[in-house]
Amino acid sequence: MDNTIPAVALRGITKTFGSVVANDHVNLDIRKGEILALLGENGSGKTTLMNMLSGIYYPDEGQIFINGEEVTIQSPKDAFRYGIGMIHQHFKLVDVFTATENIILGLEEKGRLDRAAASKKIQEICDLYGFQIDPQRKIYQMSVSQKQTVEIVKALYRGADILILDEPTAVLTPQETEKLFAVLRNMRADGKTIIIITHKLHEVQELSDRVAVLRKGSYVGEMMTRDTNPQEMTNMMVGRQVTLNINRPEPVNPKPRIEIKGLTVTSPEGVLKLDHIYFDIRAGEILGIAGISGCGQKELLEAIAGLQRVESGQILYINDDGKAEDLVGRDPLEIQHMGVALSFVPEDRLGMGLVGNMDLSDNMMLRSFRDGRSVFTNRKQPHDLAEKVVEELEVNTPNLSTPVRRLSGGNVQKVLVGREIASSPKVLLTAYAVRGLDINSSYTIYDLLNQQKQAGVAVVYVGEDLDVLLELADRIVVLCGGRVSGIVDGRTADKNEVGMMMTELGGSERIRAMEGEGLA
Amino acid sequence: MFDLVVFIPRVVAQSIPLMLGSTGETITQKSGNLNLGIPGVMYVGAISGVIGAFLYEHSCGGSAEAMNPVLTVLIPLLCCLIGSLLMGLLYCVLTVTFRANQNVTGLAMTTFGVGFGNFFGGSLIKLTGSDVPSIALSATSNVFRTTLPFASGTGTVGKLLFSYGFLAYAAIIISLAAAYIIRNTRVGLHLRAVGESPATADAAGINITKYKYAATCIGCMIAGLGGLYYVMDYANGVWSNNAFGDRGWLAIALVIFTIWRPDLGIISSFLFGGLYILYLYIPTGTNLAVKELYKMLPYVVTIIVLIFTSMRNKRENQPPASLGQSYFREER
Amino acid sequence: MHNKPKEPLIHMSKRKALTWYQAWGIRLIAIVIALAVCAVITSVTTGLNPFEVYATMFSGAFGSSRRMWILGKEIAILLCISLALTPAFRMRFWNLGGEGQILIGALATASCMIVLGDTLPNVILIPVSIIAAIGAGAVWALIPALFKARWNTNETLFTLMMNYVATQLVAFFVIFWEVPKGSGKIGIINQSTEAGWLPVIAGNRYLLNILCVAAITIGMYIYLTYSKHGYEISVVGESVATARYVGIKVGWTIVRTLMLSGAICGFTGYLLVAGTDHTLTTTLAGGQGFTAVMVAWLAKFHPLGMVLSSFLLVFMSRGASEIASGFSLNESFGDILTGIILFFIIASEFFILYKLHFRGFSRKTEKNAENAASQMKETPSAGKQSGPAGSDNEEEKREDSANV
Repeated sequence: MDNTIPAVALRGITKTFGSVVANDHVNLDIRKGEILALLGENGSGKTTLMNMLSGIYYPDEGQIFINGEEVTIQSPKDAFRYGIGMIHQHFKLVDVFTATENIILGLEEKGRLDRAAASKKIQEICDLYGFQIDPQRKIYQMSVSQKQTVEIVKALYRGADILILDEPTAVLTPQETEKLFAVLRNMRADGKTIIIITHKLHEVQELSDRVAVLRKGSYVGEMMTRDTNPQEMTNMMVGRQVTLNINRPEPVNPKPRIEIKGLTVTSPEGVLKLDHIYFDIRAGEILGIAGISGCGQKELLEAIAGLQRVESGQILYINDDGKAEDLVGRDPLEIQHMGVALSFVPEDRLGMGLVGNMDLSDNMMLRSFRDGRSVFTNRKQPHDLAEKVVEELEVNTPNLSTPVRRLSGGNVQKVLVGREIASSPKVLLTAYAVRGLDINSSYTIYDLLNQQKQAGVAVVYVGEDLDVLLELADRIVVLCGGRVSGIVDGRTADKNEVGMMMTELGGSERIRAMEGEGLA
Repeated sequence: MFDLVVFIPRVVAQSIPLMLGSTGETITQKSGNLNLGIPGVMYVGAISGVIGAFLYEHSCGGSAEAMNPVLTVLIPLLCCLIGSLLMGLLYCVLTVTFRANQNVTGLAMTTFGVGFGNFFGGSLIKLTGSDVPSIALSATSNVFRTTLPFASGTGTVGKLLFSYGFLAYAAIIISLAAAYIIRNTRVGLHLRAVGESPATADAAGINITKYKYAATCIGCMIAGLGGLYYVMDYANGVWSNNAFGDRGWLAIALVIFTIWRPDLGIISSFLFGGLYILYLYIPTGTNLAVKELYKMLPYVVTIIVLIFTSMRNKRENQPPASLGQSYFREER
Repeated sequence: MHNKPKEPLIHMSKRKALTWYQAWGIRLIAIVIALAVCAVITSVTTGLNPFEVYATMFSGAFGSSRRMWILGKEIAILLCISLALTPAFRMRFWNLGGEGQILIGALATASCMIVLGDTLPNVILIPVSIIAAIGAGAVWALIPALFKARWNTNETLFTLMMNYVATQLVAFFVIFWEVPKGSGKIGIINQSTEAGWLPVIAGNRYLLNILCVAAITIGMYIYLTYSKHGYEISVVGESVATARYVGIKVGWTIVRTLMLSGAICGFTGYLLVAGTDHTLTTTLAGGQGFTAVMVAWLAKFHPLGMVLSSFLLVFMSRGASEIASGFSLNESFGDILTGIILFFIIASEFFILYKLHFRGFSRKTEKNAENAASQMKETPSAGKQSGPAGSDNEEEKREDSANV
């Protein structure tokens, strides 16, 4: 197979943005009918490289060959013409359109607009590869994984033979990821070429045939997946030896800090989000929360932080002297003053907790600006705090008056988590703290959480990566369809067992109903 | 209570400028451009038509016999379309090419357009040297107001259905066509995509700039026709400064009222037209002050509808998601 | 095979922030070009030479001490309305209802002067009228704010419609109190007693108005920049989700800010009735509620910048009306000139935010320029038009800018 013409060949591709070189003379071959995993840290130029294949950027230098022919790709349309389709990390879909309308958008077919015929053709593609979507359904009613399916079908509908997926599993549950991989394998069997950009090494091992690694815009090397291991891949990405184990210090003197008793939450539309759940959060340990998207994690954290209306039940906060106070019905500010901090990293990273157009100091002030009786804000203290966070967490920023919008994802998250920790909380609630981060940044965050745990803080960690949960958390509460389907010990739990608990409980119907609500 | 046969034709005549204005603005908004310059555009459309008609009437020496009926219609019509097209282009250059704030551009266009209308209107009035502050283009107006030949002989039904000038029927046809195109054609699908999510449309290979320019310019031309109808048909060819009033703003209000559907716009325009002139038909005796309160009706109704649609908050009834925002590809 | 496509003729990219003097330099150039265009248009319509036109404009604005005072008074009024709208705009609440809020404030003032003019002494009447005007304006703005806070009702249209409701309400009362009966006008209120009129200080009728507005300007600057409320307004404007998350009561912030906005508009109405006009008409605000939107925007919602932008607009309209009356043109001529100048300034913002690259222009120069620009101190006000952050390639781009 090695001597056939590659499906895609990149030669000397260079792209600069201003003074920054995003890609530096990259050479890369992608073979027909293979799944290639493209690895690299944030900012290593993977997405930029692929964007040049899909017509979003135009290379400054270098050549692109498709099936041996040199081509110029100036627009997404050109890319489609050469059979290249890219599924971006942030879906390019119109929310109020149906799946069909999104899929046929922009196509200049002859004749009048025939939605029925298009739906039929879409259904055929779905049947061929095993996708499950309803072409008539509106995008805003879909779950994240359904939206992703629409994106893939959109590429296939346009006759894509080469499919590029940019971190496709970042927002998927383990089960959805399995489904996606099955479909991708079907497509490979059908002769399609697939490039997948990812951070998750176990997925690379599970899915890909070959791995190529980029570091700081340059091509570092490639190898067959079966001949390598996570340690080697990581070392290549980072450029030095890295230890891959997450620390898990023993819990320090754990005692209940928050007791949740019969908590029930319904959405404004009247859908049950949390259904009589019971568990406790202990000081000095990390409590992991596992569950598929929309199973109620978000509502749970928001209920504790006072941002959700609680239907019934209690959230008891246990003071150091053993006295219990109910958090239900208190406003977020009061709960914050009692020592409960929430750092929730939303999908767009900036939407909650930070203000993109404000600088670091002003963002630090978000938590503390009310302090004191003066009608004026105190700017000194947040400025000092910003300095401290930047220094201690090694935030990469030109200066303190840079709008956080201009920082990279990892640095944004450090700022957010750093600010929450700075309030020296008793309870630290974090959700998706490592969302989209590369390995190095992720480990910085894990270390921060462990430090907090050792300082006796009750840490709650909601994450999407089950492997990390199992390595980091002392105990794991598994949620399924708004109920607790089990509480397991993080040191002894088995991944498959937890995965099963995330979907079981006879709640599958309800989960589907909840997905229909468009929770994502 | 009052004579419906008199009332309804007045309502229809009153509603046509609103209908054209709101249809034009709906098409514009579907492309993501919130054009608050529509009131100005309607003034410019009207005055351009008036200037064209004025010059033609004068070149014919003011005698109705010397005027060719086809040219009598075509000249003002073309002038009106060109005037409003230029306004549309101005808006597009500023907001699409130069990515300026749409609210501010729109307001500046309204200031400019109203001023433009009143300035040239005032100048024409001065040229004619008349005693009253208005110009009458009755010859042109008579042609614009020509009804179907059999209208007069068909009694009440005929009066209700056939007693209008051709622009009134054109308005209804334009609104229906716009509704059809937006909902059922590929062009309409692409247009809506541009207004909902320009980044998505761009990635799908749709030319954002082209669609925004086309939709806005066509929208402005349709709205401009509303101004022309007002002068030539509703006002019997009489231009007086500021007579058009706030109909442009009402047309924008109608867009939200009709949840961005030009077909609903037809009925809603009738409703608004009715509310707009209801005060003339409600007996208030000698108390003129109360009439002023009745004039509030269309605005109060708009507010109430606005509140109700926001309370229902149905996804399909929301404005285009990128309305009011400019698009820059390299910013995605 | 090297049929590389040519670079596009003109390519644009976003600038790193310019310094304030560079930005104002660009605006100044735009104004100069706009004035030149206006001069040409005026010359064509009047047949005068452009310099004469400008001399006329200048004398229209500054020609005599009376004219200077009128200029000052009009700047004060326009500035006051702009200041009123600014907190709402900073919160991304498009308050287009300045017109109505002014009218309601004016109506409240006129009511006090007419009804209480004969019974209360001025020391009491004036504070009562001020409170009534401020209260009325606040309530008028409160109505759309409540619905915005509760149901996210579109405020642009709501406030716009409230203008017309206010206009009709004023129309009703104008006929109700008309003097003489049947005239449809109120005429000068309390002409003989001057009850409720703002006192003339230092021999000038307008000085008190101007001083009031100067105080409001400074107060608003401090409020927006240094107070906790001002900070809350900015956070709500940037991200409602974040505001909620840190415990800011978003609904209350909207309601509070709009009441402030309406209150200052109402106060402007008071100044118009008690300070300058001493009568009530439906056209009292004269579209300044809309002009103020542009004044505020031109100054990027900065209270001190608005002094300049309101000066510019008032100067233009005073000058243009002088041309109009001097050469017996229609008074709407001023609107046309104002419109043209606005178009140029609006377009100039583009050149502040973006830069153009022309094909054939040396790449090296460009790069140097870019480096220079990136080394300049970045101001947070840059990039007003940024889209939703955090997309795939933006992440890398953000990293880039952080590395520079």
